[in-house]
Order: sequence, then C-alpha cells, then structure tokens
Amino acid sequence: MAWTKNVLRVNLTKGTIKHEPLNMEWAMEYLGQRGLATRYLVEEIDPKCDALGTDNKLIMTTGPLTGTMASTGGRYSVVTKSPLTGAIACSNSGGFIGNEIKNAGWDMIIFEGKSPKPVYLYIENEKAELLPADDLWGKSVWEADEMLHKKHQDPLLRVATIGRSAEQGCLYAGVINDLHRAAGRSGVGTVMASKNLKALAVRGTKGVGNIRDPMGFMKATQAGKKVLADNAVTGQGLPKLGTQVLMNVINEIGAMPTRNMLEVQFEGSSKISGEAMTEPRASDGKANLTTNAACFGCTIACGRISTIDQGHFSVQNKPQYWGNSGGLEYEAAWALGSDCGVDDLDALTYANFLCNEDGFDPISFGSTVAAAMELFETGAITTKETGGMELKFGSAEALAWCAEKVAIGEGFGKDLGLGSRRLCEKYGKPEFSMTVKSQEFPAYDPRGIQGMGLAYATSNRGACHLRGYTVASEVLGIPVKTDPLVTDGKAELVKAFQDATAAVDSAGLCVFTTFAWTLEDIAPQIDAACEGGWTAEKLMEVGERIWNMERDFNIAAGITGKDDNLPKRLVKDIKAATGPAKGRVNDLDKMLPEYYQVRGWTKEGVPTAETRSRLGLNPKGIAA
Amino acid sequence: MLKSLQIEPEKCTGCLQCEMACSYEATGMFNPSKSRIKIFTFHEEGRFVPYTCTQCTEAWCMHACPVEAIVINHATGAKEVLADVCVGCKVCTIACPFGTVNFDQETHVVYKCDLCGGDPECAKACPTQAITYVDADHTGLERMRAHAAKNLPHDSAKA
Repeated sequence: MAWTKNVLRVNLTKGTIKHEPLNMEWAMEYLGQRGLATRYLVEEIDPKCDALGTDNKLIMTTGPLTGTMASTGGRYSVVTKSPLTGAIACSNSGGFIGNEIKNAGWDMIIFEGKSPKPVYLYIENEKAELLPADDLWGKSVWEADEMLHKKHQDPLLRVATIGRSAEQGCLYAGVINDLHRAAGRSGVGTVMASKNLKALAVRGTKGVGNIRDPMGFMKATQAGKKVLADNAVTGQGLPKLGTQVLMNVINEIGAMPTRNMLEVQFEGSSKISGEAMTEPRASDGKANLTTNAACFGCTIACGRISTIDQGHFSVQNKPQYWGNSGGLEYEAAWALGSDCGVDDLDALTYANFLCNEDGFDPISFGSTVAAAMELFETGAITTKETGGMELKFGSAEALAWCAEKVAIGEGFGKDLGLGSRRLCEKYGKPEFSMTVKSQEFPAYDPRGIQGMGLAYATSNRGACHLRGYTVASEVLGIPVKTDPLVTDGKAELVKAFQDATAAVDSAGLCVFTTFAWTLEDIAPQIDAACEGGWTAEKLMEVGERIWNMERDFNIAAGITGKDDNLPKRLVKDIKAATGPAKGRVNDLDKMLPEYYQVRGWTKEGVPTAETRSRLGLNPKGIAA
Repeated sequence: MLKSLQIEPEKCTGCLQCEMACSYEATGMFNPSKSRIKIFTFHEEGRFVPYTCTQCTEAWCMHACPVEAIVINHATGAKEVLADVCVGCKVCTIACPFGTVNFDQETHVVYKCDLCGGDPECAKACPTQAITYVDADHTGLERMRAHAAKNLPHDSAKA
C-alpha cells in the first residue's frame, strides 16, 4: 500500500482544486506512475485533441515506491499528449520533486483546462492553491526557482518549472525540477506552458508510510542495494563516469551517430567522453567534473556536477555560469557533440547548462541543430535565414549561439524550436530529419545496433532509447549478450525490454537500475510495499498491458503502423562507412513483421481483439 | 568502547538514504522532514554535506533544559530527549550552537539525534561510507592514515 491513494485535480480554467481517491482498481492493473497516469489520460482526453489546446491534460505522477528507501525510489513522470509527436508523452525525472509530492500526500496531480493568467501551484501537504505567476513568466528555470524559494521563505521547497523556451513555444521544452533534472522529452513543458502553468512548488512533511510488510520491505530493498553495489556498471562505471561511460564504448562499436547521422563514428569522441570530463584542464587545473551526485534515494549516483572553464569563449564575462551545475550525460554529450561534430567539452557543457536553465531537451535540440547544420552545409539555408551565423558542422560557436537563441525563442531560435522534422520540411529537405514519429533520435546508431532500430521505430513516444534499451543486451551483455549486427531474435528482445521498462517506469524506480536488476530483483520490493501480489510475471504482464494501451492511444490519435519507420538514410541511403558495422544499414523490414507477430498485432500493427482481451483492454481499442 | 558518528562530506552524493533511515527509525515513516541528520546541498560549489548532533560532552542543550528532559545515555554517550518529560519550551534549540536540536510541530516536543541507542541507522544506510560509526578515540584515524601515506615513497603510496 505504498500509494497515498490521493489524487489532486486542478482545473486551471476554473481555478478549482479537488481531492479525490486514487482508482485502486486501476492501480492493481497499471501499478502507478507511467502506467496508471496513462490509464487516467486515456480515460479523460480525446486522443485526437490538440496537444496545446485546453482539452489536453497534464498529469504529474509518482509511483508506489517513490519516496521510500528503495534505491532510486524518487522518480516522477509527466504524462500528457505530446505537441512534438501527437502521440502519448511520458517523461520521467529524478531529482527530489517526486519524493516531495509523495511526502505531501499525493500520488498524482492532474492539471486540466487552461488558466486565463500565468499561475503556479503551491502545495504544502493537504493545502494546495493556485497563485499568480505574472512575475515568474518570462523568467528562466533558474530565476523562477530562486524567486519561489525567496517568496515562500522556505529553503526546503522543491520546485519543478518550465523555462522561457516553453513559453516561446519550443516544441521540445521540458519540465525542469531541482535546477537540473528534467522531464525532458516530447515537449511536456510546452504543454505546461500552453496551460499558463509556470511551476509546481511543493513542501511535503507527512512522510511516506503505508508499507504493507515493513520488515520484508527493508530486507528486500537492502538486497536490491547490494546487487546494485556489487554490479560493475551500477556499482563502479556509472558513479565514476556517469552515463558518459558509454561514449568511447559506443564509438568503438561504430554506433555513434555523427554529423546528423551521416556517419557512425566520431573522431572527437575521446575529447567529450566521461574520461575527458575527469581530466585536469590546462587553464586552471580543474576537471570539468567536480563530483557525482545522486537523485533522491539513489545508491548509484550517476549524476554529473560540472563547471565550465571560466576562460572559455562561451562564458566570458558571464559569472552566472562559472559555478557548478548539472553536467553532461551521455545523451546530451552525443547530441550536442558528435551529432553536431563539435568536440569542445566546455561548449557542450555550456549548451547543456542552457538546456537546464531554460528547460529544453538536449537530445532533440542537439539533433535539430545537427539537421540545421546539414541544411546550411548543403545550401538549403544560408546566413540570411540564420541572421548571420554560419551553422557549420563542428562549430562550437554555432552550437552555443543556437542554444542561446532557442532558450529565449529569438530569431532562428524559433525555427530550431520546431524540432528537426518541421525544420527540415520548412526548408524543403524532409529527408534530413533524423526522427521517428517526429521525435529526434538518441545516441545509438541503428546501423550499428540493429535491435535499437526496431526499438526506435516502434517506440510509443517516437525515437527514444528509454522505451526499450536493447543496447544493454546487444552491447553490454545484460542480461545476455546478443550480436548487435544480427536481426534474428531482436523482435522478442525488443518486446521484452519494452514491457519490462514500462513496469519499472510505473514503480517509482529509475530504469538505470536495470543494468543490474531484473524484474526478479524488483518484484519483491514492490510486493513488500504494496498489496496485490506483485511477481516478476505480473510485472511483465502489467508492462505489456501498458505498452498496448499506449499503442491504442496512438492509433486513436491517428498514428499507425505506417509510422513505425526509420528515416531512409538509416535503412537504405547511407551505409555505415566505418567500424564493425561497415556496409550496413538497419534491416527494419526484417524485424518489424516478426515484432508485430510477437506482439499479437495484425500485419498493420494493430493489437488484435484477442491480445487486447488477454490484457484486460477494451477489445475494440480506444474510441477516438 | 564509545563510538562516534564520523562524517566525510567529500564522499556524500546527496541521496538522502540517511534521512530516510533516520526518520523511519524515529517515526516509522520515510520522512526526510523529520530526520535528525540533514544533508545540505551547496549547488554552486558542487558539494553535499551531512550534518547532525555531535553529542557534546558538556552539552549546551542538556544544561539549558529547565526540566531535565535531556539525559546522557552512558552506554553510547548520546544526549537523549525524554519526550514525556519535555515541555516544548525550546530553550535547548536556542542553546545548541549547531542547530541540531529542533522542535516538532506535530508532537510539540523537541527531537535530536540519539545515535539510535548505539546502532545508528544513518551510518548503515549510507551507500558511500560518508557517514560511519567509529571508535570515538580515533575519529581522525583514516585522515591521519591518508596524510601518513603522503610520506611514503611515491611509487609505493597506496593508502
């Protein structure tokens, strides 16, 4: 019973706030967080609604283990319909806001409608009120966070807020909490801005209790922590180098998308790697990395806390960027770095700071800049469109400039805020857009890791590594090693990863635990905390149910099997020129039909009535 | 042998496992707001610092208490609050130079670290050994060792 069983419903149009009990029948079927909030969303909105219109809703949601001693038990998610993709969006974040929401006594906050004026939601345990945010509107994440702490005179207040990029309509704006943790993908922050909702400020002092079997829970979570500590990835690699431990590894296997995915290896990768972040720099002898940092309850602590060289061109005479803040994760380092051909570690760190300061997704941003650079290099855009800036691959100045423009939605920054697909279409080169369902790719080239191609193509929120991370198996051998260049068996592998991840995302835990944990490690922790008899098998079933529900939402929204594709560049036009995957494209066509079959879907990619019934979903799908 | 909590901030990641363990032991809930040990984040500096009661020998809080609600546990050296004696006058919270005695709005009495009766949960929960429970006579032992190691010939220095 680790749910608080309380939901806060905020109607922004009317300015009303209601308390209601959590639907426990759904909690038994969808667990919490991603699964449960999506169940609510599916019930309450028309999948065809305008993502930025008043009919869309935005749900901030915790999982049953959020706020407990389970390692990484501090996660929360923002669930809504995405303005970038038109598909379901669920963006997960760590930091400390999830724990605070739970400590205030809430499993979930549902925002509906649109406020006539800018507001923020202030929660202090049972007390919740909408307060004017006219003074916060137009401020960055960092400014708004500081203003809210001052206003409430509460250093322990936790804040999640949007930055100026969201207010300016950037379609990949996120919701930033605790200054540098992000519900980053799919434009969930843009939806928040469309509702005139600037921030959530929470203080919770009620505590999280309601543990079904307290002794068993302490034992199970203790065992879980030991597994994480003893594992080479979660016990050593991630705390030491962060997710950036992957930079050199992925480059070596020839799966490092480079210069808008024209190439699969980046000559500058060692200069922007996790190892490079620990090396003393020439100017002041300090390393880019100051320390690692944990999110709430996390015993892995992969977070990076970094500084920029004060003499670097990007921060000269800008002391506000001289202190420590959230440093480069692998995805950001890749998108800002190799995908743009930039090997300047300080420039990447600066761009990453700006992504946090004004709340936009570094993956989609970097990938969109990469597309803009290709547009520029091929003459599809010129300095006329950019306003004078030469957007050349490898230009650290151009990257920093782009980040500054997107942050405030100024000039060419407006175009960049459209995302890669809309940008490339606008300038007549749709083939330059490296996206699936309009969302930009993350840092694994599907020519070098075949299974990831299928995972991207079928991901319910568009191209994403966090919906089915077969890299674990294909590169790292977790839980078993498969060959990254082989397509056989990848359909089953992708399905298994997708379903297991959906369950983990619904528990309040971080998916990075699964470098070490299987569902056999996770189930006893959930089961000791919650009623419902949670086994690994049940979690897989819940995961599969969630996956199919999300799929049905997308189908009802008009996104179908024909959208399960990859850009031509990756399946036909450009073969990997170097590395172990030399000569390869992604063989999606070999894997996709098999995947549909394994899923129990029709040849068109629609869940059959039998599959839906087996999972307890409406046999007819979701009515649009 | 008397033991003390030893805190090494440079090892802290700011995960708050200690705050959860502390509050759970004291209140039966995972509730960082009720933790006797607190982690302070210095964002600009990139540092996390755990802080709690050091169990002063001549404890200001104990001497200030007008109703003798703070007593020494001779087995552990901890200064413990007798909740049923405390009248909530808060004088101890003023007397403590370090701020580690605090008033609880719900119970109306003060609370502070009591070393969990000699088996501190914070130290057990800390994943990085930033908080340890060690021989009170030798809380500096590891630091001494680290400095001593600096005197070794360079190639054999494995502290």
